Amino acid sequence: MAIPLEQILIQTINGIVNGMILALVASGLTLIFGIMDVVNFAHGDLVMLGGFVGATTIATTGNFWLALLVAAVVIAVFGAVLQATTLRPLIGRDPLTTILATFGISLVLQKYAIWQWGPSARRIQEPITGNFNLFYLQYPWYRLLTAVLAAAIIGALYLFLRYGKYGIWIRATTQDRVMAQAMGIPAPLVHTAVFAIGAGMAAASGVLFGPLGGVTQNIGLDFTLRAFIVVVVGGMGNLGGSILASMFISLLEAYAALIVSPAQAVIVSFIALILTLLFRPTGLFVPTPK
Amino acid sequence: MRRSATAYWIGFSIILALLIVAPLVLPEFWRRFVTEILIWGLLAMSSDILIGYTGMISFGHSVFFGLGMYCAAAALLSVKPPNLWIALLYGLAGAAAVATFVAFFATRLREIYFSITTLVFSQIFYVIIFTWTEVTGGENGLAFSQPPLSILGIWSFRFTPVTLHWFVLAVVTISFLVLRRVTQSPFGMVLQAIRENEPRARAIGYSVERYKIVAVMLSGLFAGLAGVLYAIQNKFAAPDFVFFLVSGEVVIFNVMGGVGTLVGPVAGAAFFLLLREGFSRYFTEYYLIPVGIIFTAMVIFMPQGLLGFAKRRLNQ
Repeated sequence: MAIPLEQILIQTINGIVNGMILALVASGLTLIFGIMDVVNFAHGDLVMLGGFVGATTIATTGNFWLALLVAAVVIAVFGAVLQATTLRPLIGRDPLTTILATFGISLVLQKYAIWQWGPSARRIQEPITGNFNLFYLQYPWYRLLTAVLAAAIIGALYLFLRYGKYGIWIRATTQDRVMAQAMGIPAPLVHTAVFAIGAGMAAASGVLFGPLGGVTQNIGLDFTLRAFIVVVVGGMGNLGGSILASMFISLLEAYAALIVSPAQAVIVSFIALILTLLFRPTGLFVPTPK
Repeated sequence: MRRSATAYWIGFSIILALLIVAPLVLPEFWRRFVTEILIWGLLAMSSDILIGYTGMISFGHSVFFGLGMYCAAAALLSVKPPNLWIALLYGLAGAAAVATFVAFFATRLREIYFSITTLVFSQIFYVIIFTWTEVTGGENGLAFSQPPLSILGIWSFRFTPVTLHWFVLAVVTISFLVLRRVTQSPFGMVLQAIRENEPRARAIGYSVERYKIVAVMLSGLFAGLAGVLYAIQNKFAAPDFVFFLVSGEVVIFNVMGGVGTLVGPVAGAAFFLLLREGFSRYFTEYYLIPVGIIFTAMVIFMPQGLLGFAKRRLNQ
């Protein structure tokens, strides 16, 4: 079966756009895992909550950029509260207990979202509505803008971690919690802050995703699963790896969708995950450990 | 030790007697409720082999449960006349086959990687069952009629709610006794050694991977059995039961009741279903909000679960 070249190109662009949104979600998840060994099962639900908060803000103010900011800040604060109340007591226990605790939180958040916002999908109005011609398609500029925005946020995070004073605190705590504490870094605060940053980034991706797919209470599960896959394929706790893996997985799914139905295309990324775990459990995009 | 063993069997007999009498005295709704607790309890018990005894949290039990369900459905729809025991056989074979498959991949990984792999497998099977409409009925699932209970091919009864309850109770009790025996056998001891310290178990010379594979298969087999029972009780198989949220609920049962006790998960299932029943009167479909909060609080404050908590209280 021959697939026309332009379809492949369109799917490449779609894959990159989806990959950037996913990278934004996954980098928060991997940051959280890297610093406190927390596997955040509720991460996708933070995306979903962010989307809903953004949709509500747009409904009242009509400003997309304000909504992006409000959603990120509100969910970041919420994330900080969540971390301080439920995850902080679990520090030092088996990392598996954090899966359980965040799984419980995830259930609560999903049901809360239905209760608060109802079961129907909220569509967020895109800030720019223009299209450009891509072969036989009218391709919306907004999709490209999404990729750029997501890249900008990730870039800002990278610069912050690389050069910012608090960014260095975070990296130090990731490398060696006890030593960082000995140097006077308030590790518990850093944990809370990292969780807040991850939550804020998740919320931002929820708002960016809103115009593309609409926000429902179900998108959380989907994002959680995909972010898990990406984080494992990219190497747990590895920021650069997660971003590359997001691209890799999204492109893989986009190409697979040319051949099978999108619902079945998901299986391709599952298989990619299982193969990665079997043959290179430290992740595809990290240097081979010595 | 001797005295506590006697006390244990007295307690066991009392509970068993209560469960035998239960369907005769309870109204229709609660009779069904108790039967469901037993089925979910069996599923939770099977998962305890992994969570409590081997230290692996499986998010894939919905697959084993669902495969048991669908294979039983296949047997009931294709074999004429429908036969309970053939359905049971199909269900167990299906669940065991898929458990072997999942175990082969998943047991090479540890801790969260095991959990994520089993989760992913449950999603794979969910997608397959959901989209393969010709065979599985897709979103609608499969409906079939309840097979009669035939004993030795001589007697044959139609199931009434009461006899169904007794049938389920018998299967669950036998499974409990088998699983209890397994966990106390040398094999079960090795599993617990793996839970406590995997490198050491390996250093002593146990083939850890092989033990883990057998543990997952055993666990999957009993989860499949629970699936068959559920299919027979409800006369349908639906893709919802393969979705990983069911696995999540099973983990919740375990944590609520107390892992590593076999009885605990059954108590956890009962507690969860009671909470769901109670809260859905006030919160309707939002019962998961309070139940989720209680669960999260229990993870933090009561890591031993209800049973562990009660045990510690009694020992004081």
